[in-house]
Amino acid sequence: MLYLSLFLMLSFEAFAQKLPTINIAYISQEQKNPAALSNLDDFIPHQGLLGAQLALADNNTTGKFTGQEYKLQQIIIPLGANVNEFITKHLPATTQFIVSLLPAPALQALQTNPAISNKLIFDAATSDNKFRQQQCQSNTLHILPSRAMRADALAQFMMKKRWQHWFLVVGATPEDKLFANALKRAAKRFGMKIVAEKPWTHTYDARRTAQKDVPVFTQDVDAYDVLVVADEQGLFGEYLSYRTWKSRPIIGTQGLIATAWHRTHEQWGAVQMQNRFREQAGRWMTELDYGAYLAVRAIGEASVRAKSHEMLAIKTYLLGEKFALQGYKGKPLSFRTWSGQLRQPVLLAAARSLVATAPIEGFLHPNSELDTLGFDKPESTCGKK
Amino acid sequence: MKAFVLSLTLLASISVQAETVLVTLEKDNALAVLDPVTGKLLRTVPVGQRPRGIILSADNKQVFVATSDDDTIKILDSSSLVEIGRLPSGEDPETFVLSADGSKLYVSNEDDNLVTVIDVATKKVLKTIAVGIEPEGIAVSPDGQWLVSASETTNMLHWIASDSLEIVENTLVDPRPRAVAFSADSQYLWATSEIAGTVMLLDVQTKKILKTLRLDIPSVSKDKIQPVGVVVDKDNKWAYVAMGPANRVAVIDVQTFTVKEFLLVGQRVWNLAFSPDQQRLYTTNGASNDVSIIDLTTHTVTKSVAVGRYPWGVVAKP
Repeated sequence: MLYLSLFLMLSFEAFAQKLPTINIAYISQEQKNPAALSNLDDFIPHQGLLGAQLALADNNTTGKFTGQEYKLQQIIIPLGANVNEFITKHLPATTQFIVSLLPAPALQALQTNPAISNKLIFDAATSDNKFRQQQCQSNTLHILPSRAMRADALAQFMMKKRWQHWFLVVGATPEDKLFANALKRAAKRFGMKIVAEKPWTHTYDARRTAQKDVPVFTQDVDAYDVLVVADEQGLFGEYLSYRTWKSRPIIGTQGLIATAWHRTHEQWGAVQMQNRFREQAGRWMTELDYGAYLAVRAIGEASVRAKSHEMLAIKTYLLGEKFALQGYKGKPLSFRTWSGQLRQPVLLAAARSLVATAPIEGFLHPNSELDTLGFDKPESTCGKK
Repeated sequence: MKAFVLSLTLLASISVQAETVLVTLEKDNALAVLDPVTGKLLRTVPVGQRPRGIILSADNKQVFVATSDDDTIKILDSSSLVEIGRLPSGEDPETFVLSADGSKLYVSNEDDNLVTVIDVATKKVLKTIAVGIEPEGIAVSPDGQWLVSASETTNMLHWIASDSLEIVENTLVDPRPRAVAFSADSQYLWATSEIAGTVMLLDVQTKKILKTLRLDIPSVSKDKIQPVGVVVDKDNKWAYVAMGPANRVAVIDVQTFTVKEFLLVGQRVWNLAFSPDQQRLYTTNGASNDVSIIDLTTHTVTKSVAVGRYPWGVVAKP
């Protein structure tokens, strides 16, 4: 009898009983090739998909040992199609998890679609503060750092460097203004001074080139330590370095940038991640690939630990104290219960070198130093409902 | 004069009796050779691209070094440190271990999610075993029965039977398990979790976690607590855990499973090795480029020796 039960236990452990498949829908939208400053970097269509697929393979490798299986269904919304109609038509009712690579307006539409009422969304693409604050929804977890987290990471670094006087240059798109607002919030939080702020206006005057324009543009601002730029699309920011009237470093969306992932990142096992991704994709892992990777891995990790395939059990585990996701950034990643934001270090990277990782040493917090970045619990406006 | 000569010969005979410590230098592509008694770096020998894991053969006559960027494990003569052969390790070998009888090498292939089994005599791959994502820590039980492989991203320990070379059981452990070590009696397995900041004690018979210990250090922030290398002494009295960027080695009382103290060593302490008589412990400190020497009778750090860039693995040759 003893032998029998021992044998049963062993066989259960080695070839675990099969649990129902966990279905994950990957939703993205076709993109137009955006305007670009130079031909140096090719436009990469469908960023995120290969990250999700790599994580799926990782999940299924673990699943072999736990009897769990994961499937990924791609739903790619064509240009010009109605987001909600397309999703309602193509999203199977049995799918409990959605990994969204949708931009902000489409994500907002998805969040309020009645067809997803019993599903959990992993937003692996947006950085909008509004989804983590005013408009937070309990059905959505946000993987990438918010603009506030990025701005705080940059501000901590500038504080450490004593670059206290900022000259802020803001691009023309609505996203640039959102990032500029996050930078202003960070400046206030960390006691930095914005000594000047100028909008960058694109003109098509042939007499004005970057070489000539930037010195003039920056000539009349006197006492600043650092030029802080908000240009998310990269339409002019790269022109600033080496061309300012005074010799000043550039930081923000160009120069030294704040990002969840970067090809210069090698520490804490990141080299393995970079190698595995490149072998599969033939290119470097982008931030969106990393976001999608983490989203699918979070589902894998929580389902293995919770020993469940049910959305509610998995969501409870994801938001619980014990959840710790390995994100190759030296610290365990977890979710902020008040906003659904993934708590994580933010990389501060130059084009070919990783300069620092925020939170910068010395910025303390009673619970987690990671919560010195972005909206902390007392600042949250969304946990209240 | 006579007394001087005498003391010199005494000194010489003492340092002959003591072991030589070999350290792989990941960024210098070399092996550092130290005399642990005088605390001196004796010489540095080029060994190949990105050397990491290092172990001695059962008779101590050969030393195996994983030169990761050469995709091979080199066999060196342990006295001359001259290369005498190479083993087909698979890609990017890092950690590996010798079977209890010394005939086989088990290698973690982190990028391919495999454990490769190599026959040392014929230098042939006998088998590859599919394990979880990013296998790293690997250990053989002293009784020769078990091979355990820890996969960092799958968060599992895979129990591989040495005779069949098949996985017979898997234990889910705390996130990012790094190193594993058996107790001398093969009854217990120790495993560290880099992300949870814990060390776990497992029962080899049931393959379940018996106890988990969080290695909190007052005044060191939680996320710097990243346990990596672990070793247990032959009397099963003390276990030692390298704490990575916490720059300390935890001294754990095995019987009570509590931390006796934390010893401050160099920066990003990673791997550990006993002296053959287990009087000393050597630590590789990757970020401060040195090796710390700990006296185990008093549990004090007696010396730190600058060795070269990124010391990674360490062995003590009698």
